[in-house]
Amino acid sequence: MSRAGDSVAVPAAAGDLDESQAQLGWAARERRRPIIQAAARRTLRRRRLAGKLVQALCVLCAAIGLAPLVALVYYTADRGLPGISLSFLTNAPVPEGVPGGGISTAIAGSAEIVGLALVMAIPVGLLAALFLHERRGRLAAGIRFGADMLTGVPSIVIGIFAYALLVRPLHHFSDLAASFALAVLMLPIMIRADEEAMRTVAMDLWEAGVALGARRSRVARSVVLRGALPGLVTGNLLAVSRGVGETAPLLFTVAAPSFAMTLLIYTDGTQPFPSDQQTAWATALVLLMFVLILSGLARVVAWRLTRRAR
Amino acid sequence: MTEDPDAPASEPAGASDGARSARYSSTRTPASVALEAARASQPPAPDSEPAVTLESLKVSFGGHVAVRNVTLELPARQVTALVGPSGCGKTTVLRAINRLHDHTGGRVEGTVRLGDIDVYAPDTDPELVRARVGMVFQRPNPFPTMSILDNVTSGLRFNGVRNRALLREAAEAALRHAALWDIVKDRLNQTALRLSGGQQQRLCIARALAIEPDVLLMDEPCSALDPVATAKIEDLIAHLATEVTIVLVTHNMFQAARVSDNAAVFLLDEDRVGELVEVGPTVEIFDSPRHERTKQYVTGHVG
Repeated sequence: MSRAGDSVAVPAAAGDLDESQAQLGWAARERRRPIIQAAARRTLRRRRLAGKLVQALCVLCAAIGLAPLVALVYYTADRGLPGISLSFLTNAPVPEGVPGGGISTAIAGSAEIVGLALVMAIPVGLLAALFLHERRGRLAAGIRFGADMLTGVPSIVIGIFAYALLVRPLHHFSDLAASFALAVLMLPIMIRADEEAMRTVAMDLWEAGVALGARRSRVARSVVLRGALPGLVTGNLLAVSRGVGETAPLLFTVAAPSFAMTLLIYTDGTQPFPSDQQTAWATALVLLMFVLILSGLARVVAWRLTRRAR
Repeated sequence: MTEDPDAPASEPAGASDGARSARYSSTRTPASVALEAARASQPPAPDSEPAVTLESLKVSFGGHVAVRNVTLELPARQVTALVGPSGCGKTTVLRAINRLHDHTGGRVEGTVRLGDIDVYAPDTDPELVRARVGMVFQRPNPFPTMSILDNVTSGLRFNGVRNRALLREAAEAALRHAALWDIVKDRLNQTALRLSGGQQQRLCIARALAIEPDVLLMDEPCSALDPVATAKIEDLIAHLATEVTIVLVTHNMFQAARVSDNAAVFLLDEDRVGELVEVGPTVEIFDSPRHERTKQYVTGHVG
């Protein structure tokens, strides 16, 4: 596409870097342009194909990631659903061989243990996260590191810890000890989730609040916590669904298996009797549904809160 | 941070006397002198064929119309400024030219022609359109993970150019065009993030130029820059316009007056939808606007 009448000496070897004159001129542009656009056209088909391939791969991997969840829900529902009835949810457990019976004590027990654990963990987690957010010192870094370490502690160790602290000295198992164990388990998750949520509130909003003469505590309440609310709710709800499903901390703390759903699944599931196994499957389904609903609820709440904020 | 080697104290910060005639004499930076000396061959004189044509363009987002009734011809190798207050659709129109609304959920109606290409025709590849159009954004956005050289050659490499000699040659030419070569030639393999804001923006201009585009879209390229860096970019725009068609979005009336050949004034109509009110040579728009609303806007009474 070189224009007729161009008297410029176009270098034979492209990339002769000293010949900046020839590179800069219009003729050089006219020389490069068709090469570049031809390359673009040539690669377009390959890029299209590669794009389609990668897209297919992504869909496939997403499906692979989703498959265990679907299979899990399906299998649990398949095995558990025959055992579910209204009386199953409302009746107390009965010994093996006695017809009827349900898991009402286990549902109530789980709810009580988790509820009490939340009362303990949420305020502590929130205030600890606020501290980490507001103060960036060595102490904050230490606490953050500690929280990360605590996340990695095996839940059975936390169970033994609660046993040594609250069961042995008091000489009896208790829901309080179980709640304490779950609170310890959920606390680091909550702290990090809360801190992340607070960090999404932009620094300039914080500065705007402080610049208005507000005290730090007021800004923390009206700007930081208010802005972080969707994230706080989501993070804590997810921590709850994590806590509900824990079994190990309860092994050492709850008085009897029939006072917590996860323990009931564990003990009944390992019995040789078909009726006990049926109970275990049905309980597993109830627990699974509870966790799924909780996760869904976390989504919905977060979505609605963000939407209202706009 | 190293001190800015880009700002010798003796350098004039770009005269700004309004008229386009001052384009070549306004600033004689060493780089621009070298550039002019280097321009051994001249592009053809601006011809009558427009580089970009917009016909009855309308862009809407989810039922909300952002801008409509835009019919506009952008003359080849001239600077056309899209001016107007915030929210009247200047940037929306700009992004319609290289089909960026494909990715933001915007619905484009009407016709956009780029030379002989119908940009929104069903068989037109948006990638090929964009390979002929460069774009510079409000904030300098060099790729943070790439070196200076890789930034400049990225557009070429994305489009399948492998020839190292060609990459190198195009990069140098683009950096020279962006008046950046002498500053970065000894640190081409360093990160682009150590450059000053104005230098980063010029790097982005070089990146856009390296693909040898027909049209350069500039979306308020100076809004994040200080006056000195702004003057350099404006000087650059004037020089580049001899070879590339430039579309410049700006809400700075003085900038439009300083660097553009033509101006298109956008304002909100009674439905609060952006519309094109008046278009013409910049001098006429500013000295003798035909519409009362244009007059009010350019004289600073409205907007």
